Amino acid sequence: MTHYLIRRLLIAIPSVLGISVILFTVLALAPGDPFEELATNPAVPPEVRLQLRASLGLDDPIHVRYFAWLTSMLRGEWGFSFVSRVDVDELILQRLPTTLIVIGSSQIVALAIALPVGILAATRPYSLFDKIANTLAFVGFSLPTFFTGLLFILFFSIYLDWLPFVYRTRIDATGLAWLWEHVKQTVMPVMVLGLFQGAAWTRFVRSAVLDVIRLDYVTTARAKGLPERVVITKHVVRNAMIPVVTLVALQMPSVFGGAIVTEQIFRVPGIGSLLISAILANDTPVIMAVTFVFACLVVFFNLVADIVYGWLDPRISYR
Amino acid sequence: MAGSTPASATADGPPLAASAAASRPLVSPWAEAWRRFRKHRLAVASAVILFLIILAVLFGPLIWTVPIDEIDFRARLQGPSWEHPLGTDDLGQDLLARMLYGGRISLAVGCAAMLVAVLIGTTVGAVAGIASGAVDAALMWVTDLFLSLPELPLLLLVIYLFREPLRALVGPKMGIFILIVAVIGGFRWMPVARLVRAQFFSLREKEFVEAARALGASTPRLVVRHILPNALGPVIVAATIDIAAAIIAESTLSFLGLGFPPDVPTWGRLLYDAKDQLDFAPHWALFPGLAIFLTVLTINFVGDGLRDALDPRRVV
Repeated sequence: MTHYLIRRLLIAIPSVLGISVILFTVLALAPGDPFEELATNPAVPPEVRLQLRASLGLDDPIHVRYFAWLTSMLRGEWGFSFVSRVDVDELILQRLPTTLIVIGSSQIVALAIALPVGILAATRPYSLFDKIANTLAFVGFSLPTFFTGLLFILFFSIYLDWLPFVYRTRIDATGLAWLWEHVKQTVMPVMVLGLFQGAAWTRFVRSAVLDVIRLDYVTTARAKGLPERVVITKHVVRNAMIPVVTLVALQMPSVFGGAIVTEQIFRVPGIGSLLISAILANDTPVIMAVTFVFACLVVFFNLVADIVYGWLDPRISYR
Repeated sequence: MAGSTPASATADGPPLAASAAASRPLVSPWAEAWRRFRKHRLAVASAVILFLIILAVLFGPLIWTVPIDEIDFRARLQGPSWEHPLGTDDLGQDLLARMLYGGRISLAVGCAAMLVAVLIGTTVGAVAGIASGAVDAALMWVTDLFLSLPELPLLLLVIYLFREPLRALVGPKMGIFILIVAVIGGFRWMPVARLVRAQFFSLREKEFVEAARALGASTPRLVVRHILPNALGPVIVAATIDIAAAIIAESTLSFLGLGFPPDVPTWGRLLYDAKDQLDFAPHWALFPGLAIFLTVLTINFVGDGLRDALDPRRVV
């Protein structure tokens, strides 16, 4: 297992590097000059501008600039925000926990929906329950997150007036009341993301379980006289989860996409809404850093998926 | 996917009057696919609805000739009425006209982005599948790398960086159209590439390919004439689903305020404009949202039906 882990880690490094190359290429290819504003500023003479460019290394060849950028990123010097005048890493660290809490709990919601529904549907294929579940799953992942979010606000906040639709960081309450307020304002973003993912995963779980349930070893387990519940939970589900984990890992980028949208709708102060506000304010260092953080998160979750993979199927880690 | 209505082998085929009684009637692959597709009731219903949506978007503006940008402050934020079947927005502009016009853009972006994705994906997959070895490994590494890129943040980054220059180059509408199509297509080709590669791996060992090679067919001819047509089924299915994904991606961008400019009312853009008036004018957000939902849902169902129809391995 340790060997396997180290190997996966070593594979993750080139992907992070590859992503950084892509990011940097996009930035370097982009027309426009960070010194454009200085050029139009009459108080800055052209010679000073050229000197500034040279001193910041903007005239160096592209690979030199890439390595300079990469080393400073690795050393944690992520520059500072043009707009809020705060170090970018500080800004991101402030916002990251909120994003992770929202994404994490929505994934739990998604699993809590997808696993039971998918397994139940697969054990009764083409039954009424299966058909309803399948149709609802289609509806669920055809509803874009931004529309579900608006529908939720319309129904729960405006019509029923149960839940607040603006996420507040400062809540003037203590103890249980504080916790309750937090739960109330987190419910909608989490449900929006969770339902969308849950719908997609239900189909994965169903087809994976359906593939496994026909295999001979399941018949053997039944023939031994094991109760159906044990056959399903102990024998079928564990093996069915292997392809599901892969698909879940492949879905991670779209999970983060959904997180950006929900954060924007509900004004959750996470890194997704930070990205949007930075784009609207032309805050390049923040945009680059947040995109990079998202990319690293995706690679990290792929790594987690690989580890789960190795745990589910020991053959993989011993190969 | 396996969740659809099963097409059973014993189901009655198309009525072929002239066929001999004993021998199995000769059915072309497309007729067979159509027979399987019809078994999927939801897919057929979806195809009809989707067809109606496309018709409405294409010909609707010719019938409903209210201009999309006629400002009428006496009719602000009105609910549905005979004069304005879908109500009006905060400037009194007719929502039906705007939605019909915006639907054109949304669907056009979806189809164009799908074409880009399928073109890149098929090329990469075909090259990787036929070349194998180091070329295959390198291409698949790139594919996996793209698969682990966070799509939306990168979309936003690229649009942020390239929006202004392209706008200056080819005008605001065309510029953003090209940009969005290229970027969405450029980040969605990976599943197609993997599909095509997998198909190539199994197909190029088949006897008919061997026979063609023995007859002296060149590699390009093998690929284009023999392997690619047989790999087409799953690609068509993936392409259908890709249209839905591209429509969602475009709407998401517009919804975040980073897609088309305000005078191009795509469905996502309408939602973006509507979201701050949700409590006064829910209809403004509901109709475009429903349009996106209905389009995406029907495309997904049609894709599911096509999977049953074109992917013979999946059908019992």
